[in-house]
Amino acid sequence: MPQLTIVQAINDALKVSMRDDQRIIVLGEDVGKVGGVFRVTAGLQAEFGEDRVIDTPLSENGIVGTAIGLALNGLLPIAEIQFSDFIFPAYDQIINELAKYRYRSGGDHSTKVVIRTPVGGGIRGGHYHSQHPEAAFIQVPGLKVLCPSNPYDAKGMLLAAIEDPDPILFLEPKRVYRAAKGEVPEGSYTVPLESARIVREGSDVTVVAYGAMVYEALDAAKRASDEGVECEVIDLRTLWPVDIAMILQSVKKTGRIVVVHEAPRTGGFAGELITLVAEKAFFHLEAPPARVTGFDTPFPYALEMEYLPLSHRILPVVLQTARA
Amino acid sequence: MTALGPRSSLPPAITSDVFRVFRDDGSIDEHTDPQLSNEDLIFIYTHMAQTRRLDERFISLQRQGRVAFHVGSLGEEASIIGSAFALRPADWIFPCYREFGAALMRGFPLQRLVDNVFGNSADVVKGRQMPHHYTHRATGWASISSPVGTQITQAAGYAWGSKIKHEDVVTLVYFGDGSTSSIDFHSGLNFAAVQKVPLVLFCRNNGWAISVPTCRQTASATFAEKGLAYGIPGIRVDGNDALAVFSVTRTAARRAAQGLGPTLIEAITYRMGGHSTSDDPNCYRCSADIEPWAQADPLERLLPVLVAKGIWDKDRDAALYASIDETFKECVAQAEVTPPPSLETMFDDVYEKLPWHLVEQRAELLAGPRPSTGR
Repeated sequence: MPQLTIVQAINDALKVSMRDDQRIIVLGEDVGKVGGVFRVTAGLQAEFGEDRVIDTPLSENGIVGTAIGLALNGLLPIAEIQFSDFIFPAYDQIINELAKYRYRSGGDHSTKVVIRTPVGGGIRGGHYHSQHPEAAFIQVPGLKVLCPSNPYDAKGMLLAAIEDPDPILFLEPKRVYRAAKGEVPEGSYTVPLESARIVREGSDVTVVAYGAMVYEALDAAKRASDEGVECEVIDLRTLWPVDIAMILQSVKKTGRIVVVHEAPRTGGFAGELITLVAEKAFFHLEAPPARVTGFDTPFPYALEMEYLPLSHRILPVVLQTARA
Repeated sequence: MTALGPRSSLPPAITSDVFRVFRDDGSIDEHTDPQLSNEDLIFIYTHMAQTRRLDERFISLQRQGRVAFHVGSLGEEASIIGSAFALRPADWIFPCYREFGAALMRGFPLQRLVDNVFGNSADVVKGRQMPHHYTHRATGWASISSPVGTQITQAAGYAWGSKIKHEDVVTLVYFGDGSTSSIDFHSGLNFAAVQKVPLVLFCRNNGWAISVPTCRQTASATFAEKGLAYGIPGIRVDGNDALAVFSVTRTAARRAAQGLGPTLIEAITYRMGGHSTSDDPNCYRCSADIEPWAQADPLERLLPVLVAKGIWDKDRDAALYASIDETFKECVAQAEVTPPPSLETMFDDVYEKLPWHLVEQRAELLAGPRPSTGR
């Protein structure tokens, strides 16, 4: 079985699905001739032509708005937003139109669009190439928000996302675009959505993470093990609707939870997850829930490794939670 | 300003300022007359009359407190009906929110419109939106939202889809003068032009965006000339002249169908009423502003043409209005006894299937208390 990077896995998913389904259109800035600034869409225009792989004008609002129109007309657009930091001009079209179209039309229409966008820091990108804006989208009823951490999930989840009838925001952790390698089956397969995965079993502390921070959580778990604390690390994979059953099952076993995310702390997704755990498993908790997150500052350039919730910051919180 | 851009089969009159069929004295310019059949003239007139009459009826219902809200089209009937009539049944319309007359003309049932304004369980959109935010896929009518302009980009995408699929479908998008300031006007025109999609961009310049007049909306001399910046021909038309509006829209639709790309039409008309029943225009304009437009009433201009041809008269007019009133009364009677949407439906269609959190929330709502006062 071939070893692929996340970039290659996503590229493969796009090729496999476009060969199979003529409705699929890929659109975005620089996605065609150049194959995307990260080369995720490399080779697609050569294989599928300029009618199906389109270099659009520089307008996120236009990319998403026209994708909605294409979807209404029975096509299946996979739109790329070059960096999630640039998604905000499209925010109105995403939250007021794309997410609400099925509901507000009484089910008369659906707008099946997949929006792919790289997220996360650690690539010396500063404020505008490092954001992880999932919270702003999880709070919008009608969208599904995904964030795979590895090549196998990336391909399988994208293929599942394409089959899924709802509009989807597909967040790609750019820090590990090429660093994460893994076995990826050829051809078509899917990874179920709304399903998390236990990537390390343990019975002392539940550590919930997603995207590039899964690797940091695993590293912290290894170091914690040296100190006698065994972590159960959960890779959420789908952020929303989240696999709450798996989180609760783990918390009922460990009694302790730490949530890790790059995005800023306040109003971040950890707040939602911890509240859900408190609502549903409060009496199973043996220590206060904790979170290790980005700080409530814009993402800094020079100090990014201080900003990110890396292993060195996760470890003390895990140990403290385990020993409380 | 002239209509500039790539060559097309636009008649010479369009290259002068505002395309017209009716002259100031009410006579018809035989050079621009689209020469519609008697049947078509009657069809257009009766639908304009229906639009006008239903407007009055809905406003009355709102003032009586029987419906919460109405957004009308008083004075804009020619712009709406004349343009919609130029399309074929398979063509698609992306409305803003003033075009109920065109929706009905294309086959949206009046009962469904009334149900939508009442927000009852028979409403196509299940009482989920404010009145006049309906949709009807079966008659090629896209969904309506409140933020202005968003439909422009979506319409550009829809038209793009028709081009990709090699389907003979033209898309027309309606928007007002206010929407030309929106981000979506810019993106929509830009994408439509770059991809050269079969789209008709129909701007109803009705003079106002709620209380903001066009002189505060743009520094451009006209709205039609904005097309020039995107490489799209812009045409100005007398929006109160149903025959001119039809003619210009038909030409633009033909250009689109022939693969010549989008056209921007600016229909010059006037919003004779308020922005909606929530707006009192007397706060920001006076009767002197309105009076000249009352002299150019679109129905009063068209009616004499039919009468002169011997295909319409006072009796038929009275019968038409009586019939509209009767049908509307029946629709309202039915709507008023139709119950509101059931509680469960609040959670449907957020996603195709209910995820766990909505299953829980639905159970919570159903098991919980009801509000104490009726609304």
